[in-house]
Formats: sequence, C-alpha cells, structure tokens
Amino acid sequence: MSDTIEAGHGVASAARKDAPPAIILDKVNKWYGTMHVLRDVSLEIAQGERVVVCGPSGSGKSTTIRCINRLETHQEGRIVVDGIELSDDLRSLDAIRREVGMVFQSFNLFPHLTILENCTLAPIWVRKMPKAEAEALAMDYLRRVKIPEQAGKYPGQLSGGQQQRVAIARALCMKPKIMLFDEPTSALDPEMIKEVLDTMVGLAETGMTMICVTHEMGFARQVADRVVFMDRGEVVEQGPPDSLFENPRTERLKTFLSQILRGH
Amino acid sequence: MSDMTERVVLGTAAGHSPEAVPGGVEQGAPPRRAPVTSTGLIGWLRANLFSSWLNTALTLALAYLIVRGLIGSVSWAFVNAVWSVPVTEAGAQTQACRALNGTGACWAVITEKHRFILFGTYPYEEHWRPALCILLFIGLYVVSAMRRFWRKELVLVWAVTLVAIGVLMWGGILGLSYVPQERWGGLVITLILATFGLAFAFPLAVLVALGRRSELPAIKVLCVLYVELIRGVPLISLLFMASVMFPLFLPDGVNVDKLLRAQVAIILFAGAYLAEVVRGGLQALSKGQYEAADALGLSYWQKTGFIILPQALRLVIPPLVNTFIGFFKDTSLVLIIGIFDLLTAGKTAIVEPAWQGFGIEVYIFCGLIYFLFCFAMSKYSQNLEAELNRHRRR
Ligand SMILES: Nc1ncnc2c1ncn2[C@@H]1O[C@H](COP(=O)(O)OP(=O)(O)OP(=O)(O)O)[C@@H](O)[C@H]1O
Ligand SMILES: [Mg+2]
Repeated sequence: MSDTIEAGHGVASAARKDAPPAIILDKVNKWYGTMHVLRDVSLEIAQGERVVVCGPSGSGKSTTIRCINRLETHQEGRIVVDGIELSDDLRSLDAIRREVGMVFQSFNLFPHLTILENCTLAPIWVRKMPKAEAEALAMDYLRRVKIPEQAGKYPGQLSGGQQQRVAIARALCMKPKIMLFDEPTSALDPEMIKEVLDTMVGLAETGMTMICVTHEMGFARQVADRVVFMDRGEVVEQGPPDSLFENPRTERLKTFLSQILRGH
Repeated sequence: MSDMTERVVLGTAAGHSPEAVPGGVEQGAPPRRAPVTSTGLIGWLRANLFSSWLNTALTLALAYLIVRGLIGSVSWAFVNAVWSVPVTEAGAQTQACRALNGTGACWAVITEKHRFILFGTYPYEEHWRPALCILLFIGLYVVSAMRRFWRKELVLVWAVTLVAIGVLMWGGILGLSYVPQERWGGLVITLILATFGLAFAFPLAVLVALGRRSELPAIKVLCVLYVELIRGVPLISLLFMASVMFPLFLPDGVNVDKLLRAQVAIILFAGAYLAEVVRGGLQALSKGQYEAADALGLSYWQKTGFIILPQALRLVIPPLVNTFIGFFKDTSLVLIIGIFDLLTAGKTAIVEPAWQGFGIEVYIFCGLIYFLFCFAMSKYSQNLEAELNRHRRR
C-alpha cells in the first residue's frame, strides 16, 4: 500500500519551532502489570508538526499516543500537552481532551446516533455550543471530508472508509489543536484507504499538529516532518522520512523496513 | 424430475386421507405448475403435516384432540355456562350452578363478585374511586408507552398522576371520605405495587449497575453487597422481614404503613434483579464506545447518559421486560403478609359457603387480568425493540 499516495508531492511543513512545543513526553514509563511497555520514551513535538509513528506490533505505539490524551495513564515521567501537565487532576484532563482529537482504528462511531448527531454531540455538551451553530459546523466538516449527503444516516449504513471520514470530522468538530490517529486505515479495504489518507493529507495542509501511527510509507513521505520508529517500548530512531527510510541506522529498523516492504 | 417423484409419493399419501389434501388427487399426471396461490398453503400442509404416513397419522390424531378440547371448553365456558343466579335475602342461590356438576362454568360467581375481586373491601359506594385509579394507571401506561411523550414533562405527569391516585384512594380531603389503607384491595393494590415498584426499582437498578462497574472501591463493594444479599433470599422472606421484623426496630407509636413496607421490599428485590440485567447490557458494549466518548471530552454522566445507557438498555429490552413481567406477577406474593391484592381478593371471594367450589372461574378471571397486562407489556416491548434497533438495519 506504500504507493497509495505518491511520494514527492510533499505537503509543506508547518512546524513552528520557535513557539512552545505542542507535546512534550519526558522519560515516560508505563507498565501493564509487570510488563514494561514504555521505556523512557521522550519526544518533543512542535506546534504544526506532523509526526508518523511506526514500529512492529506490540512495540507500544498505541500506548504512547493513548497516554497523550490520557486514555491510558503513565506511571513515571512527564507528559505536557499544550502547556498543561497531565496529572490526576480532573480539570487538566478535561482541558486536554478538548484540545486533542483522536481517530481510532475501529472508528468507534456511536451506532445509535446519526452521522450529524455523532458530530454535534461533543460540541454541544462539552463546548456548550448552540445546536444550530454545532450543526452548521458539523455540516462544514462533513463537506470537507466529502460526505455531507450522509448526515442523516446511521453509521451502520456507511462503508468503512466513509465511517472513518466521519470519525475524522467528528474529532475536528471539537476544533482540537492536536489530532491523534491510531492506525486509521488498517481496518479498511484497500480501495477505501486512499479516500481516508486523502482526507488526512487535506488536514495536514491546514497546518494541524498531527501524530499518526501508520504503516503507510507513502503517506509518511508525503506529509510527515518526522518519522519515529519504536520497538519494544523504546524510541529507537527518528528523523525526516526520506533519510530514515533510505538510510536506516539500526538493525531493528532495517529488519522492520524489509518486513514492511515484503509485506506489500 | 424430482418434482414428479415428490408428487407421486404425495399422491399415495393423499390417497389415504383424501379430505386432508383437497385437489391432491386430481393434480396427478400433467406436469403443470400449481397456481401460485395454492402452492402457499397446500404446499406447506403437504410438506409439514402430511409428508409421510407417520406424519399424517400424527396430524390427524392431534387434530382430533385439539377439536375435542376446543369443543369441550367452548361448551363448558359458553354453551352450558350459568351467567347469573337469583340473589335473595338469604344470599346467592347457587343451586343452578351446583346442578351443572362441572359440565359448565358458573360465571355467576364473577357477576356477583367481580367488584369484590377488583376493589376488595373498599367501601361499596366509593368503588368509583379505585375504578378511576385503575383507569388513571392505564392512562399513565399508555402515555408513557408513546415515544413522542418521552420528554422531561413525562416525569411531571407521573408525579401528578401518582399524587392524584393517592388522594383518590385515601380521601380525607376535597370532600372525599377517608378510607384507611387496610380497606384497600383488589386490582388497584396489584397495580400500585407493580407500578411504584418498577418505577423506583428501575432507576435504582441503573445506578447499582453503574456502581458495580465504578472505579471507586467503596461504591463498588456497596453495590455488589446489595445485589448479592437481596438476590440470595426469597422475596417471601423479604416480605416477612418487612412486615414482621421491621416494626420491631421502630420506636413505639411510630407505624409505617404495611403496604409501604411491602412496597419497599418489592422495590429492593426488583432493583437487585434489574441491576444485573442492566449490567449485562453495559458489559456488551465495546470498550471503543467508552474510549471514543472519553476522547471527545464528555464527562462521566454525559458519556453514560448519551452513549452508554441508550445502547446498553436497548440491548437488554427482552430480559428487562421478562423481569418486569415476572415482578408484575410476583406482587401476588404479598398475600402472605395479609395485603389484599387481586389474587387474595379472588381467593377471599370464594370463601363464602354459597360460592365454595367455584375457584376455577375466579382464577380464570384473575388469570385473564394478569394476562392482559403482561401480554400488553410483551407486545409493546417487541414493537419498541424493533423501532429502537432500526439503526442496526442497513
Ligand atoms: N490493556 C492492556 N493490558 C495489558 N497489556 C496490554 C494492554 N494494552 C496493550 N498491552 C500490551 O502492551 C504492549 C504494547 O501495546 P500497544 O497496543 O501499544 O502496541 P502497538 O505498537 O500499538 O501494536 P499494534 O501495532 O499491534 O497495534 C503489547 O505487548 C500489548 O500486549
Ligand atoms: Mg496499536
């Protein structure tokens, strides 16, 4: 699938290195029971930067980005998002979840609500937006992901690709500053992957700060400012996509890349 | 042509029971398609009831038994039945009924006693009050069943109706004479116990089910204890405790209404069972639904109210209604602590010497009333389920 989006037509970088970083992970450690799944993970992501995270299965990619919006809690280290340090304080949690949108591998749309209701629920109740305004906003985003005509349907009536685009629109309706994607295309049939990736490229062009766990190398080359390679809970290597993919320095990344290329 | 061989086999079978498959014999030779209209029923009959020798024999034997049974019950319930008997100074003259010797129903017992069965020992001239209450209850059910009335105002309607029912039953104001609770009885008691019981047990159950999944250990332990303790004892012993033991703990002179005590026991009992049903629904939801709601920044109660409960409750409508129906009928257990519900009133009606021996008629009458309410619940839940789960269809 690496050629779903052709490399070379890169999206210009929007990273603002001068501004305070959007996300800081500082020596983050996490255990599930006795299993050490994140080992001293440190990352600093600038505002407007687009980061692709890749690595073998079980390497802790999902866990890392789920710690950023605190769907998982870390046990050691520091995470600062948009200037707010993550702690057990509920107010900081609310503030962070408003600013961070997330798109899941399995879409996780609310099946009992229409597409429009899926998109307006959080703006109305969390952002306290008037209903009419929320609906106008939702229609605007549904147009951007190119499915405004589906607004009245239920998620079960849509294809996988359409559902994932709705999930992206739903997250965007909260006007987040940061978007997290956890393998957004890996539950999709090949012919639907492109429509979702195109949507994400469009989003990248708006200068959104994005962290995306994906194995779509074409997408990484096109939009990523930086690729982070994780293995066994550690950040093993990171750098601009072209240099990372062409000249892997570690054996682990070499093995991983050869597996990915063989796999496709 | 397999179609042909089947016809031949059927032809022989039909030959032995020509009246059962009309037209089966003459449809022999020409391999012509049967008219669409007849394939439906006749085809079905052939395939299911007369497909072999044994099947045909069984079908005929069963048909004979069913027809005999039907004829028997119709002649008992209608043809030979006695609908009324003369009532003299000395009481009801039930000789006509006794003369039937069981060959016909004595509906006269219902004619005479239906007001007692429906309203118990409530003062005779005031029977319109419980009758109106029954209508109010039914009206409340109908309004609550309609989805277009599912708004906040419905809670208000419930509150007003229940207060109105209290005023009507007790009286003592608005020129209504006071009727102590000991004299209430019959269907209205059953409806009071069931309606208040489920109206309070259901919200309690939802809270307990949520509490059992709480991350706060104290709440979780409390909910688990409640469910396990209540589920572990029979309703009868809970009712006994409410009626006999509970007053022992109260200071002298303080007297909590017997009906209220039974009501609380029923609420606690139903709550524990319903809580487990609701928890089943909560567990059936995928973790992704919780995570998506969290990721959007919804608070716990927003997540629960908009995402989790609407889906979880839809999933458990069938077991929920099952439990509702069970509890509607279980309210009849209050008879053991001397509360005069529909069934107790029925039992009491046939204590009178004149009417002794006509229990079947009275129990059929009571059973029919229970059935009507339970069947309505069941039918309604089927419609609701279909309607609410429309989003699952493509
Ligand atoms: N809830 C959990 N309880 C226990 N262990 C878990 C849990 N979630 C993840 N793990 C373990 O933590 C490790 C890291 O998991 P994670 O989901 O972050 O990997 P991943 O890199 O996203 O893998 P994949 O590509 O398969 O999604 C794995 O070994 C996994 O088995
Ligand atoms: Mg993962």
